[in-house]
Amino acid sequence: MGATGALFIAVFLACVVEAVEATTIVLAAGTTRDWRSATIGMAGALAVLAIVVAALGPAVSEVPLRGLRLFVGALLLVFGLQWLRKAILRASGHKALHDEDKIFAQQVAAAAAEPRRSAGLVPDWYGFTLSFKGVLLEGLEVVFIVLTFGANQHDIGLATVAAACAVALVAVAGVAIRSPLRRVPENTMKFVVGIMLTAFGTFWGAEGAGAHWPGSDASLLVLVPGIAVFALAMVAVLRGNQVAAVERS
Amino acid sequence: MAKRLRAFAAFWYDFVVGDDWLVAAGVVASLGVTYALSQAAVPAWWLVPLSLVLLLPVSLWRATRRGG
Repeated sequence: MGATGALFIAVFLACVVEAVEATTIVLAAGTTRDWRSATIGMAGALAVLAIVVAALGPAVSEVPLRGLRLFVGALLLVFGLQWLRKAILRASGHKALHDEDKIFAQQVAAAAAEPRRSAGLVPDWYGFTLSFKGVLLEGLEVVFIVLTFGANQHDIGLATVAAACAVALVAVAGVAIRSPLRRVPENTMKFVVGIMLTAFGTFWGAEGAGAHWPGSDASLLVLVPGIAVFALAMVAVLRGNQVAAVERS
Repeated sequence: MAKRLRAFAAFWYDFVVGDDWLVAAGVVASLGVTYALSQAAVPAWWLVPLSLVLLLPVSLWRATRRGG
């Protein structure tokens, strides 16, 4: 697996995670409020995201590669470390696991409490805004990942295909079962995505800052497993601390 | 207007920096030092991985101390 394969996997997994979260929100808006409003909200958010991609895509491609890698590497590193930190805390029992059923139930309870109000073509404004905001916010991360990974590897096309496959897969599954996608191993996927974002961020950030990696792109094949082993070691250490704390109390 | 600007700034702070500002500050500092070393023709590829090895445990320790 070269850098191209790693690019596809990183974008695909990140987009599946974001798409699952957006699907949970749209399903909550659709089932408790109004499917038409939820669908219009989702379509509106996707239209805004398409405009963002159309506007930023060519602009990002024009930025000099070194500056782009420094900027994007820094952001990916920060994002990746935040994802990894949460994933390690979840895996070691210091933070509750991400639970789509619970999030769905919370969204449903909040949606059921709001009064119904129509506006223009939208029969239910609350359902529309819930769906619109959910898809837009989760989608912004997808757009960022696609543009940055694609531009850095000179392959926005492949990054777009990976994202489209992920979103289509999750959308079809969501429509088919019309309930939260609880079988998706979201916590494990977040762990993997955190590792990939951190590895690519480390590689591009250092390169953008002027460093030269031994073996060039091949160093990613050391960075990815190296960060994975380190993260798993952190999980083991935190679990050990947790057990020791319980035994002391 | 000021309230909306604050909300806009808070959204981007949360989107970019997230839960632990120390991670963001550490990343920026390590890239800055990498740049300085590279300008001085010193091999600097090892610095960012080393900063991860330091930053991640510190951030986890801070998170577990305040309960996740």
